[in-house]
Amino acid sequence: MNFPTGAGTDHCKRMKLLPMELILGEVPWIVVLIILPLTGGMACFLFPTISKSLGLLTSLAVISCVWGLGWQLEEDGAQRYAIGGWGAPLGIDLYADGLSLVMVAVAALVGLGISVYSSSYFRRDKANHFWPLWLFLCGALNALFLSSDIFNLYVTLELLGLTAVALVALADGSEALTSAMRYLLINLMGSLFYLLGVAFLYHSFGSLDIAILAQRVEPSPAVWAAVGLISAGLLLKTALFPMHFWLPAAHASAPAPVSALLSALVVKASFYILLRMWLEIFPIVGISFAQLLGLLGSAAVLWGGIQALRQTRLKLLVAYSTVSQLGYLFLAFPLGMSIAWKGALYMLLSHAVAKAAMFMAAGNILAAGGHDRIADLSSITQRLPLTLTAFSLAGISIMGLPPSGGFIAKWLLLEASIQSGQWWWGAILLLGGLLAAAYVFRVVSHVFTQAEATHEAREVPARMEWTALVLALVVIFLGVFASWPLAMMEIGSPFGGGS
Amino acid sequence: MSYVYLYALLGVGLFVLGLNALIVHAHLMRKILAVNVMSTGVFLVLVALSSRNEGILPDPVPHAMVITGIVVSVSATALALILMLKLNRATGKNELPDRSRD
Amino acid sequence: MDRNYWLLPLLLMLFVGLGYAVLSIPEPVEGLPKMLVDNMELGGVSNPVTAVLLNFRGYDTLLEMGVLLVALLGVWSLGGMPDYHESSPGLVLDIMSRQLVPVLIIVAGYLLWVGADAPGGAFQAGALLGAAGVLLLLCGWRIGNKCSGLVLRILIVLGLGMFVMAGTGLLLIEGEFLQYPPPVASELILIIEAAATLSIGTTLAAMFLGSRPGEADK
Repeated sequence: MNFPTGAGTDHCKRMKLLPMELILGEVPWIVVLIILPLTGGMACFLFPTISKSLGLLTSLAVISCVWGLGWQLEEDGAQRYAIGGWGAPLGIDLYADGLSLVMVAVAALVGLGISVYSSSYFRRDKANHFWPLWLFLCGALNALFLSSDIFNLYVTLELLGLTAVALVALADGSEALTSAMRYLLINLMGSLFYLLGVAFLYHSFGSLDIAILAQRVEPSPAVWAAVGLISAGLLLKTALFPMHFWLPAAHASAPAPVSALLSALVVKASFYILLRMWLEIFPIVGISFAQLLGLLGSAAVLWGGIQALRQTRLKLLVAYSTVSQLGYLFLAFPLGMSIAWKGALYMLLSHAVAKAAMFMAAGNILAAGGHDRIADLSSITQRLPLTLTAFSLAGISIMGLPPSGGFIAKWLLLEASIQSGQWWWGAILLLGGLLAAAYVFRVVSHVFTQAEATHEAREVPARMEWTALVLALVVIFLGVFASWPLAMMEIGSPFGGGS
Repeated sequence: MSYVYLYALLGVGLFVLGLNALIVHAHLMRKILAVNVMSTGVFLVLVALSSRNEGILPDPVPHAMVITGIVVSVSATALALILMLKLNRATGKNELPDRSRD
Repeated sequence: MDRNYWLLPLLLMLFVGLGYAVLSIPEPVEGLPKMLVDNMELGGVSNPVTAVLLNFRGYDTLLEMGVLLVALLGVWSLGGMPDYHESSPGLVLDIMSRQLVPVLIIVAGYLLWVGADAPGGAFQAGALLGAAGVLLLLCGWRIGNKCSGLVLRILIVLGLGMFVMAGTGLLLIEGEFLQYPPPVASELILIIEAAATLSIGTTLAAMFLGSRPGEADK
């Protein structure tokens, strides 16, 4: 099979290829990454009795596929795959560069954690519904991160949204149903805004492929309308302030692994699309829109942090922390330099892993004590040392303290804001860190207070505690070994050749 | 101005009407119908503008996009309806509590 | 509600802005439609919409079958409506469905076949099958217990499954994912469309029913 590669390869150097490298180089991992979870989901649907094993197996297989894709990108540079052999603009293209590689890697890593956690979390009847939905969500995420066609992105967005809503509704109770309903309506509204923007773009320039549109785009009222519509739809789905109102309820009332999924991966998917469109098609829009995004991002950081302080329930606190952390991502838009984009991407990466660990920890606490009222946490948390360690380590990244991925990300963003002279964004970063420290300590401090009369605490499966801890440790590793992920982002130079 | 643009404007009008109904009305059934009206508006814009070249056959790509969009819309509506029914059974009401906008 | 004070003017401005944008879209650039016409013989079917849906942009259709399946998964995961009281169908519904359902099935088959050259295809045929299913369900017909387990699930997964199998098979044999060799393209498209029709009809009817057949009481 042949697919167009980026940089040329020197075949003479590689005459002594090991069979392993032959396999790694020849298989189109970019396609396997999408088809494998979809097939896994279908298999789990057909054979519910073995769905747990199938799910775990698929998650492991996805990690090896990401490894294969990463190897290919290292060797040959950014990769474009023409489905059906047609190639854009006639057919649909898949495109992988450093940015998409980082996204699928995060999805695979967090996904493995979620799979292991969920294998102990769900009872039999819920698990039969969970696994096919989760694997389809995994497939939707991969399809989204690897697509180069704006209408294909719409279909993947819808697939992602519907699976996410169904997963939220897996939790019993009217609270979960209400937040699922609201989440579904928001998803549909956002998708329709996006689709109308796509319609304008297609009818103006005659192609749906991002690379071709990037060449053909010119300022015109239709393009401005398309920018506004697409951004509005995607910002609604990314829950940027003031369109964040649906997020805390949806993320808090879902089952714990689903909350981790939503906060870590699903909201980042629409941000990724916005980032792609911004980098390729929208540079003509100009500076004022970028400043607006930065402003809203700052408001999100502050508002989310303040609201997190006021919460009485742990899961709602963590959900508002997501609202706050998502604001940091938008600070990169007004800064606009390569180092700022890398900082935002590193923040995305660290937050995904840290927030997944936090929600898993919250799920453990909920499972052990039956409630997640912050005021009464002392007696529960003292029985779960692993969980509390996981929460604290994740909290270090959320606060942005070294050594953690969050610290690296904030460092990069600070550097960008100083270099470009827009120091006020740096002030937001510091303020946000203070707020995060306040609400994380609110929770962690319970381990130091005297426990009241101990009541029955249920057993939490060891797998659930260890998954949370492992993910939290990964966040710390991201803070120590930062050069490798940062180099990975550079493949295909998605952020242009800037500083 | 060819009549094609009239249909496209109609599509935009349907989109805005649906958006208004989605925001304003509290009853879930109306919200779901509003989303459907919005999607019809978008499809109309897609299809209308595909016939701008008179004399040649219309551009089939937007037609394929609309067929895909209709199927997606039907799936989403089905899920929304069953969610609404379950919500009604659970809470006895047909509206989203406290935040009844959006 | 005082929200209406700023909502209506805002929406009006939105309408005017979008309308102006629509009217100012430039005349179409020669590009995609001409390219489609040139490649139509390679496409395997002569109906351009079917060629785009099943061949050129078949990947979109694959994902869309996934969307349909996921919606059904969501509907089933919510459980049914346990206290749903069925009433026996009235005379009109009874007679009408007896006449209509066979006609619907035949027309669905016709639409599937004619989709290669004229407007029609898998989705239209599948919608008709779904309508037939809805009519039957309204009359109180329920799928037999033998078929309500694995057989039903296979029917539902058939559309997406056939797409994935075809794509992977073509990938393994030679070429890219979903690259139909021009000699067999029309046959392949028909097979995939037939599977998709069955899938779509079954899924739509199952979504209408709401609860999973075989899950009697919960």
